[in-house]
Amino acid sequence: MRLEWFLALRFMWDQRLQSALIVTGVGIGVAVMVFITALITGLQSSLIERTLGSQPHVIVTPLEREGRPVRRAEGGEVLVRHVERPIQQARSIDEWQKAERVIRLLPEVEASVPLAIGPGSAVRGNTEEGVLIIGAEPARLDAVIPIRKNLRVGRYDVSGVDVVLGVELAKNLGVSVGDRVRLRTASTEGQVYVVRGIVDMGGREMNRTWVLMSFRAAQTLTGQPGRASAIYVRVREIYAAEGTSRAIAGQTGLTSRSWMESNAQLMTALSSQSASTTMIRFFVLVSVAIGIASVLVVSVIQRSKEVGILRAMGAARAVVLRVFLIQGGVIGAAGAVVGSLLGFGLTQGFRALITNADGTPFFPFSITPQLFGLALIVATIAGVIAGVVPARRAAALDPAEAIRNG
Amino acid sequence: MAEATTTDDENVVLKLAGITKAFEAAGSIVEVLHGIDLELRRGELCALTGPSGSGKTTLLNIIGLLAKPTSGALWIAGQETSRLDDAALTKLRSRHLGFVFQFHHLIGALSCAENVAMPLLIRGGVRPSAALAKATDALEQVGLADRASARPAQLSGGQQQRVAVARALVADPALLLADEPTGNLDTANSDAVFELLRRLNRDRGTGVIVVTHDSRIAERCDSRVEIVDGWVHDDSRWKVEV
Repeated sequence: MRLEWFLALRFMWDQRLQSALIVTGVGIGVAVMVFITALITGLQSSLIERTLGSQPHVIVTPLEREGRPVRRAEGGEVLVRHVERPIQQARSIDEWQKAERVIRLLPEVEASVPLAIGPGSAVRGNTEEGVLIIGAEPARLDAVIPIRKNLRVGRYDVSGVDVVLGVELAKNLGVSVGDRVRLRTASTEGQVYVVRGIVDMGGREMNRTWVLMSFRAAQTLTGQPGRASAIYVRVREIYAAEGTSRAIAGQTGLTSRSWMESNAQLMTALSSQSASTTMIRFFVLVSVAIGIASVLVVSVIQRSKEVGILRAMGAARAVVLRVFLIQGGVIGAAGAVVGSLLGFGLTQGFRALITNADGTPFFPFSITPQLFGLALIVATIAGVIAGVVPARRAAALDPAEAIRNG
Repeated sequence: MAEATTTDDENVVLKLAGITKAFEAAGSIVEVLHGIDLELRRGELCALTGPSGSGKTTLLNIIGLLAKPTSGALWIAGQETSRLDDAALTKLRSRHLGFVFQFHHLIGALSCAENVAMPLLIRGGVRPSAALAKATDALEQVGLADRASARPAQLSGGQQQRVAVARALVADPALLLADEPTGNLDTANSDAVFELLRRLNRDRGTGVIVVTHDSRIAERCDSRVEIVDGWVHDDSRWKVEV
């Protein structure tokens, strides 16, 4: 192989301008691929991160009770015309400890937390706001959904009569840390709680309704003592949520919904975005490969006499084949290096020039060493593949003919 | 024509028996070689002459294993070649044959020393540094040691052809085929290149076939085979020495 590398590199060096031009061309193509991949991957992961910032990866709830179907007598006479769905809210997971044990044994599960959730209202003076009471052990809920990270003021360390409110809710009620607020539900008069923290979950609905308290306090307030209304689960790899959700449903008999299922529209948007990015990358790659192939075809024509001489001197067809395949691969690899640098420069330029009002970058580029490694591998393989046709042509040259006619 | 020698004779570097070559042209078969018998011994310098279109180049291509004969047998260094595939023929070329062409055909991308080292590198089994050292020795023998690192384009026509001779001989082939090696040179350079071939042929015992139109060159060879219309017209081997 040493001879083939030597000849390939010498041939390329001999036609420096031609080599430089095609490497630049390939580099621009690779830069486009690197830039678009970094941009789309960054946008998607930031979107997912924002979505999952306030959502668990999997929500496990009691099995939904279905109404019985319309009953018909023989002959088609309708016996029961209308069947109402049973009230779902009142239901809770009775044996949540057992279910949670099963969930925690699943390999992809990183953390889980049982919650007591229910509707209620917060009253202060003449103001009454509808709220969502969410009770869970603070540390455990924080391991599933980042709460502490989103605290505006105070702390999320609730027990007894401590609560943490969404930022909008606190504003509407006019309370801050240390103030008191009455919470009640449809079935209980409730009691007075002390605000320990105010949290900004990034979504208006959550900020307007969330009241976080201890698991036990919420169980009492929402009227489900000893029971949990849901189990929230965090998985190690976010795209494993769907499989884990199915496994949970299968093993516990409970209803389980992954974040992907809950955000089906987002997932559709992301996958169509990924598909269009793949199309762009594919066509850029094809044009890069065609560019390399055309340069090598010309090179084979220019060098056919030299190929003939090499063959006459005893160089095997395979040697000639490899000389041109190596050239394709080297052009691809060199183009990938140039393109990676160019792509990286572009992302840094965009980062520096286009920023949000607070100075943070507008485009959340995702640049990883893997991206450059992948660009190198893909471009090199594309180069070698592009070299196949010209290389086969060179290897098939009749030496006598090539020497005589060039 | 010399009496056919068996291939067991290790002094026979080339033997042709009944070589014919036919081409298909415009729907009909045209035979350009009609049964050539030829033998070349070690250390023999033979001129292959004949008018243009007589079949010299076709014969040289067959001898150089660059074309297959339609019928007949060909031995190179004792090995019969008609049943060998392309890979085996390629290997045989790299082991036993050297070529000098009319237009030197050096590889422009390589230095003179690298051009000369190429047959050694192709044959393999030698370190590149050793191949380059041997190439520099070969260049010294043709008087161009000082131009080892020059590119072929920086040399005169005569110098380029001397580099081509060094390249053809560096791997010590059993048989050297020279197709009009002086055809593109002036008289002085032509004489210099021929003398070089002659000297190396004497010193190393390489069998050499020189295709030439130049009667001055042909007369200075050990023997002369004239091809006319695809036949051996005259085989005057009056002073073959082994």
